[in-house]
Amino acid sequence: MKYFIPFLSGIIGAIGLGISGMMSPDKVKSFLDITRNFDPSLMFVMAGGIAVYAIGFFFIKKREQTVLGDVFSLPTKKELDIRLIGGAVLFGIGWAIAGICPGPAIANLATLDLRVIVFIVFMIIGGVLGAYI
Amino acid sequence: MENFTPLASLMGGILIGLAALLLMLFNGKIMGYSGIFHKLFQKDKNEFLWRLMFIVGSIIGGAIIVFTNSGDTISQSADGIGKVAIAGLVVGVGTKLGNGCTSGHGICGIGRFSFRSIIAVMTFLVSAIIYTYIEGLL
Repeated sequence: MKYFIPFLSGIIGAIGLGISGMMSPDKVKSFLDITRNFDPSLMFVMAGGIAVYAIGFFFIKKREQTVLGDVFSLPTKKELDIRLIGGAVLFGIGWAIAGICPGPAIANLATLDLRVIVFIVFMIIGGVLGAYI
Repeated sequence: MENFTPLASLMGGILIGLAALLLMLFNGKIMGYSGIFHKLFQKDKNEFLWRLMFIVGSIIGGAIIVFTNSGDTISQSADGIGKVAIAGLVVGVGTKLGNGCTSGHGICGIGRFSFRSIIAVMTFLVSAIIYTYIEGLL
């Protein structure tokens, strides 16, 4: 179960990314293009996802352990720092350049499009670089 | 706005939220694609397999979308390899430094009312929108 659940979650999440439009770089770019070609659809992805997660998490966090008997691995940092802000600024730019973010990139591997492989290879390189900053 | 798809986007968002809840309820993990992906390359043997299973599942989910033609993908995008390479690099650095992306901060973070995530999401949305605007002027 410890390995099946992440597998299932991956499948469901990627299907969600697909039908929501997040797997489409053009759709993402239209969402970000607020002064010209604006398509607000992706606002509903966040709304739906956050609403479901907020309600569910409210109940889950009352538990002492996960269903499988593990501890919850939640982030502990509470304060803002320059890494967070700087990282977010950069992520926003990178996301806007090609309309691709990590989840949809991974799901898009299924298209066997060379550009996805290139994106992911460079995302790995970027991640390694980021560890040294 | 003939491309406006509020219902499909909402349903997709709900599925993403449910997937994230599943991972939290059973494994106690945040469903952040950038975090899970970056950490695959760290030397954490205990955590490697569940992360790999998640990534494999995500690719299968993507394949389901492609084969059932349930949504647009990168196939409809005209961007070239150079642009995508730069984007990947910047996303890689940004998500590593910022410790998350639209799923980790956007859905899980805001869903937990995390102050850091709320600020992160506002920040990356603003920078993405500004970049898009400037790119459109060029």
